[in-house]
Amino acid sequence: MSRYLLRRLIGMVVVIFLVLTIAFVLVRLAPGDPASLLLGPDATPEEVVALRTRLGLDQPILMQYFSFVGNALQGDLGRSLFFNQPVTQVLASRVEPTAFLALFSLMVALVIATPIGIWAAYRRGSLLDQGSITSAMLAASVPSFLTGLIFQRYLATDLGWFPASGYGGAGASFGDRMWHLVLPSITLGITNSALILRFTRASMLDILGEDYVRTARAKGMTERRVVLRHALKNAGIPIITVIGLTFALLVSGAVVTERVFNLPGMGNLVVNAVLRRDYPVIQGTLIVVAGLYVLVNLLTDLLYLVVDKRVKY
Amino acid sequence: MTFRAVCLATSAALALTVAAQAHAAGTVEVAIVGDPDTFDPMVSTKDVVSIVTQHYMETLYTFDEKWDVVPLLAADMPTISEDGLTYTIPLREGVSFHDGSAMDSADVLASLERWEKVASRGQGIADKIAGIEATSPTEITITLTEPYSPLLSLLAFSNSAAVVYPEEIIADTIDKPIGTGPYMLEAHEPDRYTQLVRFDGYTQPGEAAGERAQILDEIRFVPVPDTNTRVEGLLSGQFAYADSLSTEAFDRIEASDVAEPVLLEPFGWPIFAINHKKGLMTDLNIRKAVQAALPFDDMLFAAFGDEKFFQTDGALYPEGWAWRNDAGLDLYNINDQEKAAAYLEEAGYDGTPFRILTSRQYEFHYQMAEVARMALEMAGFTVQMDVVDWATLAQNRDNPDLWDVYITHSPFLPEPALTSSFFATAREGWDNPDKNAILDRFTSETDPEKRKEIFAELQQIIYDDVGLIKVGNFNAVQGKAKALSGVRPSPWPAFWNAEMAE
Repeated sequence: MSRYLLRRLIGMVVVIFLVLTIAFVLVRLAPGDPASLLLGPDATPEEVVALRTRLGLDQPILMQYFSFVGNALQGDLGRSLFFNQPVTQVLASRVEPTAFLALFSLMVALVIATPIGIWAAYRRGSLLDQGSITSAMLAASVPSFLTGLIFQRYLATDLGWFPASGYGGAGASFGDRMWHLVLPSITLGITNSALILRFTRASMLDILGEDYVRTARAKGMTERRVVLRHALKNAGIPIITVIGLTFALLVSGAVVTERVFNLPGMGNLVVNAVLRRDYPVIQGTLIVVAGLYVLVNLLTDLLYLVVDKRVKY
Repeated sequence: MTFRAVCLATSAALALTVAAQAHAAGTVEVAIVGDPDTFDPMVSTKDVVSIVTQHYMETLYTFDEKWDVVPLLAADMPTISEDGLTYTIPLREGVSFHDGSAMDSADVLASLERWEKVASRGQGIADKIAGIEATSPTEITITLTEPYSPLLSLLAFSNSAAVVYPEEIIADTIDKPIGTGPYMLEAHEPDRYTQLVRFDGYTQPGEAAGERAQILDEIRFVPVPDTNTRVEGLLSGQFAYADSLSTEAFDRIEASDVAEPVLLEPFGWPIFAINHKKGLMTDLNIRKAVQAALPFDDMLFAAFGDEKFFQTDGALYPEGWAWRNDAGLDLYNINDQEKAAAYLEEAGYDGTPFRILTSRQYEFHYQMAEVARMALEMAGFTVQMDVVDWATLAQNRDNPDLWDVYITHSPFLPEPALTSSFFATAREGWDNPDKNAILDRFTSETDPEKRKEIFAELQQIIYDDVGLIKVGNFNAVQGKAKALSGVRPSPWPAFWNAEMAE
């Protein structure tokens, strides 16, 4: 077990290092100059050159890379060119909205997908089963920005039930900030419920056809006990896998939802950073998201141990 | 029973949360297109920086409603020597900075010297400034090497602005600006809001600049990059004012009970900026071919969709402006592709791709480019559309090897000399000796009537030599809450004098 963990942790470091390198190269291969953007439309070419020098962008790429890696190893991801703040500080301020958005969206997705998935499998071929498959297809097909725009227009603007956008103003309380996440979470949760629903249904269908389920029924167990205690427990591993993947997707995939609802999270940050060519912020965000992906995958694998005692590493 | 209790608790929680959202009295939220990357208006030419910073930083002069220069931190208009070389500017007494210190000529001197060093507009005239001197604690004297009439407009402009800081904080970079404006910079949460609060020590400027009443306790500028989100925020009552909205949203805002559209008519002019340094457009016949081929009315219609939002007008300034004239307008909107083909033949055009550099950051740029492409192809051009994101455009336009025209736009600026494209030093590099001579006369002439005549000559040569291509006039849409009053429509809306009805 400890050797397995060690192997995974080393793998994690390698993945993050590769991401760091790829991110560094990609952002510099893309055309566009942060200095021109920072100075505005009427800046002279001389001013642009001077700012590039001040920002260190005139240094050879290799020197910039080694300096970046060296600093990153010490936990210093550089300074945002746009905000003139340490990248770690910029990122830290974006963790809360994105983390809670991902968490609430996952909760919404689970609340929708798990009972329907179980019930659809249990009543295979029924109207509910057909309906759930159609709904899942619909939820997966409609892009989250469209769902978001519809919700924003009708539930926020017309009915006034929710805030239309943002994360609360100056000095907003924790409750107010969370209130601003309700509509984005529902939007993102609905879109992501489709995958969990289909996995839950498929997994349950496999298990409900197993001999031991028939045996349990033959022994006179109630259907509720058969489905929830025996079948669901054994269908758990694929469901946990997809939940783990969905959570990682939610963190990185919140980009569009954060944009529509103007949430100051990591998704919005990385989009703005790309548009502003804020290289250190793009690199920093990619490293954090990649790290999160790897971490969630590791936690998912470890969770198998808890769900199924037969699993050994 | 349990279900009822849950319902009651949920309702109570919702009510409390909604109540917590209600705006504090005297606070407005203003949706702007992005976060200012600096709070020092000297070092930026971005409109979004001007919109925010004009509330806490002030200049010696400003513009009134008719775009005339009037004193702000200056006590009066300057005394100008007969040779036009010396400007003696009296300063207002009793003006306080936000840190409580009093403004005097030492602060103005240090600020103007910094402006010459770090501001692009200040650097642009640094060679014309022989010296700046604090001639008394309440007087500053600027001596020029040659007469330069746009000086006061430059000192009044809020973009790359000659703002006044306390001498003590003057440095190459200023992270925490201290100004004299009616509001102070209180807090900035990146990509969330910029919070300005009332400055209690504010002293009102003279009558000419007009009162800057501090009715609101607080102004919060919220960066909202997505146009649709700005519209929804305005219509839901979240924002009291929203900048730069799409024309498609106009009717919906007009039909709203809580908000109304603000039409800036006209706002500005889309421009085909011409590469005079390298490539096809260095040939006058090719430039004339482009000018003859373009259907400006069709381009404007494609870009703005409704005549409510544009005017097919070739004059560099619209009706109602002092600079308005009709010189050269017979060359505007010719829309004659055969004539264009004749110019191409004369130029010996060999089919080299004509590169239009544009972006979809502003959709109307792209839409105009598409119509232009069709007209140019009809005239015989081989057109290459280089559609890139704004960051790439901002970089590529500085490289004359990469484009023949790029598309941009500008608001109508109160002083023509503020338009950098007229000058040979701009990235377009229009270095026509006759035009340069006209510009020199224009900037050194101090008589307003004579300046108007010279400006007509400039407009004529812009058409004759195809120095740049003006597509037309367009209107901008902003939106405000019906309860908000006191905001003058402007490309740089200001919120002193603003108030929200109960």
